[in-house]
Amino acid sequence: MFIINCPYCGERDQTEFSCGGEAHIERPKQPTELSDDQWAEYLFMRKNIKGIQFERWNHIHGCRKWFNVIRDTSNDKIHAVYKMGEKPPIKSL
Amino acid sequence: MKNKYSIFSLIKNAFSGHENWQRAWRDPEPKKEYDAIIIGGGGHGLATAYYLAKKHKINNIAVVEKGWIGGGNTGRNTTIIRSNYLWDASAGLYDHALKIWEGLSQELNYNVMFSQRGVMNLAHNLQDVRDLKRRTHANRLNGIDAVWLNTQEVKKFCPIINTSPNIRYPVLGGTLQKRAGTARHDAVAWGYARGADEMGVDIIQNCEVKGIKRNGNEVEGIETTKGFIKTKKIGVVAAGHSSVIANMAGIRLPLESKPLQALVSEPVKPIIDTVVMSNAVHAYVSQSDKGELVIGAGTDSYVSYTQKGSHNIVEETLRAILELYPIFSRMKMLRQWGGIVDICPDASPIISKTQIKGLYFNCGWGTGGFKATPGSGDLFAHTIANDEPHKLNAAFNLNRFVSGDLVDEHGAAAVAH
Repeated sequence: MFIINCPYCGERDQTEFSCGGEAHIERPKQPTELSDDQWAEYLFMRKNIKGIQFERWNHIHGCRKWFNVIRDTSNDKIHAVYKMGEKPPIKSL
Repeated sequence: MKNKYSIFSLIKNAFSGHENWQRAWRDPEPKKEYDAIIIGGGGHGLATAYYLAKKHKINNIAVVEKGWIGGGNTGRNTTIIRSNYLWDASAGLYDHALKIWEGLSQELNYNVMFSQRGVMNLAHNLQDVRDLKRRTHANRLNGIDAVWLNTQEVKKFCPIINTSPNIRYPVLGGTLQKRAGTARHDAVAWGYARGADEMGVDIIQNCEVKGIKRNGNEVEGIETTKGFIKTKKIGVVAAGHSSVIANMAGIRLPLESKPLQALVSEPVKPIIDTVVMSNAVHAYVSQSDKGELVIGAGTDSYVSYTQKGSHNIVEETLRAILELYPIFSRMKMLRQWGGIVDICPDASPIISKTQIKGLYFNCGWGTGGFKATPGSGDLFAHTIANDEPHKLNAAFNLNRFVSGDLVDEHGAAAVAH
């Protein structure tokens, strides 16, 4: 449980948000040309990092907008928040 | 040779103030090389080593554990054992484990306090009723004991449940597996450790794995805080940290690691002599032999490796418990904790080879791995020893995420661990 700084609404409790998992997984541009292995990679395989992770969150009980969060999964500390479409402010720590 | 535990050894040791008990397992330094190394000294890992030594005669094995054995999810779960899963593959897997549980204390000469007190799953809406009845039929077709109980029968089996039709989610019935129950989780780890140690397995505690050394597509050994250890076969049984080990080997797994919480109350006199679970309201409760209520809460919705969990998850669970059991309204909770569970997209485990030769994974048990400990160890040992799965774990391979042949057990596993 922690505080998330929604880029649209400001600081709110984490319970107002819904986590959408790992960020920057691009939907395949040519789905019909994907092999089964590539589909599996896109659909199921995750980095599941212990440490700095880039992830998507939705302010589901607030403005309902999606945005990105950089969070350390080993201590739940949030390092940065940035809007969809923006470049991550830090690459990694 | 280990001295046998018995009533006589207990009496004999009582005379010397219990100060002369033989060590249950050694504390060896790692050798330079092993025939197989198991990463993770929890119940599943120790059981794997035990069956590798016992059934497959591979005795030159090490179990390396970052902390102390049984200190991870083995010591953090709510100890529930059952096999009433929906699909044939799962029924085969979990009932295999349940059958081993039934004779485990005798086999290990270690009392794992397996108690077949029954597990009851409640239905709170018409869809629950349909799903649970379907699962009851599926279980019986697979030879697993399961019965459907109506509301009155639920009340008779567990009188403290509030079966009033006026509560928010009234009890419309439930299923009961009588062979299901609980066991003492620490004893499972210790019993397997003692058994494996007797057959020559080195249990190396406080030894963290830092890297997997590969030579092309084959494993060569592991880098640890106690130095490099050579081996040709590595079985990874690292639960919530499976992805961390996978990343060291350069592969990815379909897992997300999340904190799962549990809590216990102050100890009270016997009040609930079975295990009751409810998926719809997310509450399940049993009573330990010490008298504490053992309550399982849910997972946080985001990846985290902090063994804590959020407070709102506990609140939701306790709210549901209070509506179902008004008698607990003044109980005080004694402790709360979290464990990191590795969840697969289909809520079924992975007991599998990987694309790297000599690297095997046993993971993805998510919120309900304890019940499978003996079966999981047995089948994983078979997979490692023969470099191919046993027919009972063939469906639980990594390739199912490529072929699409998933074993969707969300209904049987999602909440009811």
